[in-house]
Amino acid sequence: MSASLIEVSHLRKRYGESVVVDDVSFLIAPGECLGVIGPNGAGKTTTIRMALGLATPDAGEVAYTLDGTRRTMPTDALAIKARLGVVSQFDTLDPDFNLAENLLVYGRYFGMKDAAIRARIPQLLEFAALTHKAEAKPGELSGGMKRRLSLARALVNDPQLLLLDEPTTGLDPQARHLMWERLQLLLQQGKSILLTTHFMDEAERLCHRLLVLDHGRKIAEGKPRDLIAEHLEPDVVEVYGVGALALATDAALAALAARVEVSGETVFFYTAQARPLLTALEAHPQLRTLHRPANLEDLFLKLTGRQIREEG
Amino acid sequence: MSQVSTASVWAAPRLSMRWWPVFLRNLLVWRKLAIPSLVGNIAEPLMWLVAFGYGLGALVGQVQLGDQKVPYILFLASGSICMSAMNAASFEALYSAFSRMHVQKTWDGILNAPVRLDDVVLAEMLWAAFKALFTVTAILGVMLALGISHSPKLLVAWPVLLFVGITFSCIALIFNALAKGYDFFTYYFTLFLTPMMFLSGIFFPREQLPPLVRAVADWLPLSAAVELVRPLFMDRWPDQPVRHLVVLIAFAGVSFWLALALTRKRFRN
Repeated sequence: MSASLIEVSHLRKRYGESVVVDDVSFLIAPGECLGVIGPNGAGKTTTIRMALGLATPDAGEVAYTLDGTRRTMPTDALAIKARLGVVSQFDTLDPDFNLAENLLVYGRYFGMKDAAIRARIPQLLEFAALTHKAEAKPGELSGGMKRRLSLARALVNDPQLLLLDEPTTGLDPQARHLMWERLQLLLQQGKSILLTTHFMDEAERLCHRLLVLDHGRKIAEGKPRDLIAEHLEPDVVEVYGVGALALATDAALAALAARVEVSGETVFFYTAQARPLLTALEAHPQLRTLHRPANLEDLFLKLTGRQIREEG
Repeated sequence: MSQVSTASVWAAPRLSMRWWPVFLRNLLVWRKLAIPSLVGNIAEPLMWLVAFGYGLGALVGQVQLGDQKVPYILFLASGSICMSAMNAASFEALYSAFSRMHVQKTWDGILNAPVRLDDVVLAEMLWAAFKALFTVTAILGVMLALGISHSPKLLVAWPVLLFVGITFSCIALIFNALAKGYDFFTYYFTLFLTPMMFLSGIFFPREQLPPLVRAVADWLPLSAAVELVRPLFMDRWPDQPVRHLVVLIAFAGVSFWLALALTRKRFRN
């Protein structure tokens, strides 16, 4: 068992009166993808900023063991960042440079020689599926292309660990799938990833382990399937349509489900035995029903609630 | 268990050669826009020079400067080149640096790489000073061509003007660190740089100022710049070079430290 690449222990950060990160700890093992999920304002980005030494924690420690040497933030920030790749929530690409120049200029910040960077540029552009756009400027790219360029730029120094803050937010499904495919490829190559996301299918698909944050606190941690099994009944029956909401208070139906929840116009029945419930629902042919296994989104909503976060 | 860093924003600058790739980045962008930017940078100072130097100069004739009478065009040229260095450095360290820092988030990208904020600020400071030097060089070239001065001591004026650029980019970076938007810089130009332009002996000798105003004006960084550069245009050595250099260095040093502290504060959260 090799050492963790990053060890975050008891991190705490307060802005004025509000505690935005409260006693958060986690590890990432080599080759692992850790997903950090949570509503807006849960403390995901602040945690990443502290991991990068950009924000100073009020308490706690961030330590990295990259290349076998244990180093702490922010004392050894430069040595640590030399081995990290970062994609921040908003693109910081240079609008005045074409794609190849963006990569060249960024590589120089790592102290790399021009020849070494230039040798990497074709493979980085190919990885980002942007070879045909090498001479274009970021302003001419679609949202998905920009994010892939940001990812390629983060790889210029061949990092061991990638910190990706919402790398797929705002992308269309095709662009998102391409990004997922690239991230899978990186994991296969042995890279480790810390990923924040609002997409539960992304978290389920890519992440070996998940950290659920809410109001700055860690409220759950584990493998996606284990978390679902631990917190939820295996089956969900969604019912919607005119009159569906009345079923939420139907005692006979409630008796067939372990838990009933209402969100908008839809009633969710959580159960280990869906068959009797589905049979009972046949009495309401005007309603639409959907029977499916419980997923990460159900878990997320159960843990963090269904109300909209104003910070969002 | 936990060792939390509480390093003050006022800690001594931690500078390294990591500023160089950041400077190089700005140079690479500028290279693409150098010609149009050159026209903008030298057209305005030259218009001032022609309009005031030749126009007003015909009315004024000679200016008494100590024991010497000098043509007004020479008087104005040697002062206005300091103003050009000031303006070029200030524009770059305000509008352009702010674009990179706040609008384009270029600095955020750089800070994800192994580059310290201190080095980014240093790079921006030196870059703005370089822009000033570039502008000044172009204007000096035109002045030589117009035959305004042929003093060999202009070779000394050149590095002095680079230092003038450094001083004013340090001062400007304070305001960059405080700015919420571009509008803020208008205050800096109209409330700080424009009055200084009139108080520093560029258009008329500071002897014309009321004594109290003059006592303050004598210690302005632009006055120090003019006192150093003007004699060199007239093939003479400045009267109190140490004093004026100390003024420039003091303004540069204190301003850089203050700018750095305020920038660290801005980026801390």
